[in-house]
Amino acid sequence: MAELSIKHVKIRGIAACVPERVEENKDYTRIPQEEIEKYIQTTGVVRRHCAIHDGSICTSDLCQKAAEKLIADLGWSKDEIGLLVFVSHTTDYRLPATACVLQDKMGITKNCLAFDITLGCSGYLLGMGTVGSIVQNGTIKKALVMVGNTQSEYASYEDRSMYLLLGDAGTVTALEYTEDDDYDQMDFSYMTDGSGRASVIVPDGGSRNPTNAHSFEYEDCGDGIRRTRLHEKMDGTDVFSFAMFNVPRNFKALSERINLDKEKVDYMLIHQANKFLMEKLRKKLGFEPEKCPYNIHEFGNTSGATIPLLMVTNLKKELESRPLTLCMTTIGVGFSLGSGCIHTNKIIVPDLMYL
Amino acid sequence: MTLEEFVSLFAEQFDDTPAEVFTPETKYSTLDEWGSLVALSVISMVDEEMDKSVSGSELKKCSTIEELYNLIEAK
Repeated sequence: MAELSIKHVKIRGIAACVPERVEENKDYTRIPQEEIEKYIQTTGVVRRHCAIHDGSICTSDLCQKAAEKLIADLGWSKDEIGLLVFVSHTTDYRLPATACVLQDKMGITKNCLAFDITLGCSGYLLGMGTVGSIVQNGTIKKALVMVGNTQSEYASYEDRSMYLLLGDAGTVTALEYTEDDDYDQMDFSYMTDGSGRASVIVPDGGSRNPTNAHSFEYEDCGDGIRRTRLHEKMDGTDVFSFAMFNVPRNFKALSERINLDKEKVDYMLIHQANKFLMEKLRKKLGFEPEKCPYNIHEFGNTSGATIPLLMVTNLKKELESRPLTLCMTTIGVGFSLGSGCIHTNKIIVPDLMYL
Repeated sequence: MTLEEFVSLFAEQFDDTPAEVFTPETKYSTLDEWGSLVALSVISMVDEEMDKSVSGSELKKCSTIEELYNLIEAK
């Protein structure tokens, strides 16, 4: 396991924004209603907030709206934000980095380090660990971790397993350096296994398989599923099997290193991948249902955004009013895994925003 | 776990297919009910009951329940 232990950083606030537009899974026309109901029952996804992917709403727009409100509520000046990291698989352009676009559009000081991290479901844990590690140096005082995805863009309508699962969201978490001992200790454990890279992939459109005339052709993938090589392809059974074996190991490594007392954990935030997997993982990780909030029925799988989104939609009041110990665990495209334990102490959490 | 126990646990993962249909020689992917959801349940059953990990591609590679059993037991 790759371990991070971060001190002298405080979590100041968290915000999230989703597209206003809602897609109801029951309205899907390609399979019988009975099958849709079974799908909803298994995955837990009733509806999803999805952008129309014509360039009018990108991940960065969702993150920006969330960040503008959070900065205002925190009373921060944009001149003092020294680090902006954007974690996503849905960037504005292949280049430049979306973090640079956001620096300019938001009017954040040019005396700022800004870069993108390309990761999916594990993105929040990776983003928090990376930014926390930089901020604890003390030379950059204030930072924004923007994590989001509008990956419903990658789902083929004729691929029910992807189409009915993916939702869009953008989030931001504000971190600040503190010299004092009142910091919010953060610990993370990471694992990477790129041998699973073909299990969740958009095959064409990058440098390895440049977009070509064949990229747009629909292929019959069996079981009534059709998609092009520019759509996201997921082997659900491979992901499930990998997750069942590795997520508990990853979380156990973290628990043992920090001597985690499960009784003292207020909430265990499990990546909102699908209800079936989350329930299996919850049992294997040994947490009661009351400690594991869900919002997948309303938002679907929003990739790296699921955990910060869950904090905003389900834990806002508690995050604002009392100190919390939060554990979290994610597994996703790569494969990339992360588990973490963070602390918050009465942070700013604006209501969920819509764009 | 014996092969007999495995066949019986395997059968339990199916909602609609009657248990008596299942024998060690059953070619599970030819069953009407076989699909990704049942596959997930089988992976989960193997994890819980045998503390072993079976992958989606291994499920595809094997043909009969006995073949799958032997592959998992050899791990």
